[in-house]
Amino acid sequence: MLVINTCRAASRLALRSLNLRSPIATRTFSAGLALKTKDVVNITFVRANGDKIKTSGKVGDSLLDVVVNNSVDLDGFGACEGTLTCSTCHLIFKTSDFEKLPDKPGDEELDMLDLAYELTDTSRLGCQIILSKDMEGLEVHVPSTINDARAA
Amino acid sequence: MGMGLLNIWRRGLYTSSARLQMIQGAKPTKRICIVGAGPAGFYAAQLILKQLDDSVVDVLEKLPVPFGLVRFGVAPDHPEVKNVINTFTKTAEHPRLRYFGNLSLGSDVSLQELRDRYHAVLLTYGADQDRQLELENEQQGNVISARKFVAWYNGLPGAENLAPDLSGRDVTIVGQGNVAVDVARMLLSPLDALKTTDTTEYALEALSRSQVERVHLVGRRGPLQAAFTIKELREMLKLPNVDTRWRTDDFSGIDLQLDKLQRPRKRLTELMLKSLKEQGRSSGTKQFLPIFLRAPKAIGPGEMEFSVTELQQEAAVATSSTERLPSHLILRSIGYKSSCVDGAINFDTRRGRVHNIDGRVLKDDASGIVDPGLYVAGWLGTGPTGVIVTTMNGAFSVAKNICDDIAANVFDTSSAKPGYDADGKPVVTWDGWRRINDFEIEAGKAKGKPREKIVSINDMLRVAGV
Repeated sequence: MLVINTCRAASRLALRSLNLRSPIATRTFSAGLALKTKDVVNITFVRANGDKIKTSGKVGDSLLDVVVNNSVDLDGFGACEGTLTCSTCHLIFKTSDFEKLPDKPGDEELDMLDLAYELTDTSRLGCQIILSKDMEGLEVHVPSTINDARAA
Repeated sequence: MGMGLLNIWRRGLYTSSARLQMIQGAKPTKRICIVGAGPAGFYAAQLILKQLDDSVVDVLEKLPVPFGLVRFGVAPDHPEVKNVINTFTKTAEHPRLRYFGNLSLGSDVSLQELRDRYHAVLLTYGADQDRQLELENEQQGNVISARKFVAWYNGLPGAENLAPDLSGRDVTIVGQGNVAVDVARMLLSPLDALKTTDTTEYALEALSRSQVERVHLVGRRGPLQAAFTIKELREMLKLPNVDTRWRTDDFSGIDLQLDKLQRPRKRLTELMLKSLKEQGRSSGTKQFLPIFLRAPKAIGPGEMEFSVTELQQEAAVATSSTERLPSHLILRSIGYKSSCVDGAINFDTRRGRVHNIDGRVLKDDASGIVDPGLYVAGWLGTGPTGVIVTTMNGAFSVAKNICDDIAANVFDTSSAKPGYDADGKPVVTWDGWRRINDFEIEAGKAKGKPREKIVSINDMLRVAGV
């Protein structure tokens, strides 16, 4: 467990330093970057108070991965680490986006959503949403929690 | 390394130059003490450390080992729920957090001493008592609390000698919350499913000799008030070799009310109705028997008597009819309550929790005046309800109140506070816990278990190197 943690922390650090270097990388290795951007999906998390957090993930990542890999500042998000045993990665989609999602929620996901605060008809768990290229520019709402109470 | 730096820094505080700085107006470190290393304590610590750059958080825990009900409450066959431990560990290893295990409020240190040594104290020591049925014969050996049974299979120090009598066919669980369902599942699960969990070895041994075949899960109210959540029910319905049998009468007219229900209650009710419709199609050798509208009335030899109840505005009212259920073992699961571990705590004995408003502890319950700098979070403040996410949100909110109160100078933080002085005391540090953790994981490997928990406090201290 501790080993996993350390690996995660290390990969997060690596990601962070990559982010720091990215302006230089763009100029120096623009061809390489162009290849990579094919797999990058831009995502915006919107807090209940309207604050927007713009970030990105790779095709195949879950929305929970996006939050973890980018250290998106959402306290308590993903408590069970994507094992469908909590509801802390609850996200609310626009109806049109919700309907476009390829997989409908299964019983287990719905069971956990039933315990979520501010459940809506277009709620999903972030750990169950896998990024695809056609999700480019997706905006998802994070239910108001203590995060927003503080930021407001 | 962080701890070492911190200590050097602390020592530095007492040198004259640091003192001079303080006199000249530099603000001292905010020292916050959290009593109880369960989910409420760790989530509160996480938020305080993030919000207050100039804070040091000390977490005191009665037991040598951390994580409270995540270690001692969450069912062993729900290892995923325990993933929150990874987040708690990250918090614990923050350079501005110190962990003191084996340090008990009320016996090793008093609340007054903590208040003198810290700017703010947050109590999160949970709920370690259970509500009683208040029936005659309740103290007999065949009546035990579900809380103790859970503590027994989860290896809480002091619970290892419970010796529940599993030699009879029928067990009656009074109460229908998720703890009740966890206990029913542990009693009915095939042993092989538990062997690869961190269930204590002595509990596995006792369960391997269990003669229990039928578990009654009895509630005072009806299916629409059932306290268990849908995930726990779905798990029961999927247990191999176990038939769930509902009573058709309990569900008369329920289907007509479905449309009025909110989605979570509706889905839970639909699942019960679906299971009712399909019952009898499979035949397991064991039975799970949820029974509604029965209130505990009397405890007899090998049986329990219940009053048949009626619902009046969602409340269960006893009628003159009664029913007896064969009950070799009775497990009481009608709620937890907290205990008052220090006379200086303004404790609500009737409700079993600390008097508070939004986590701010009240000086006295009548006037509603807050005792500045003293806080409560988790079940000690809210009463024993909700899942971990409920406790998380509650703890975040109380932690935010602490930060806000400090910003608003609700209590004085201008003079330095020393924090707890652990020198020469038999406390378990975080490094000590890591040694216990490594030892347990290693001991589990041979048995194919995620860990074999150390149950004796003396053994924990020995392994921790105290």
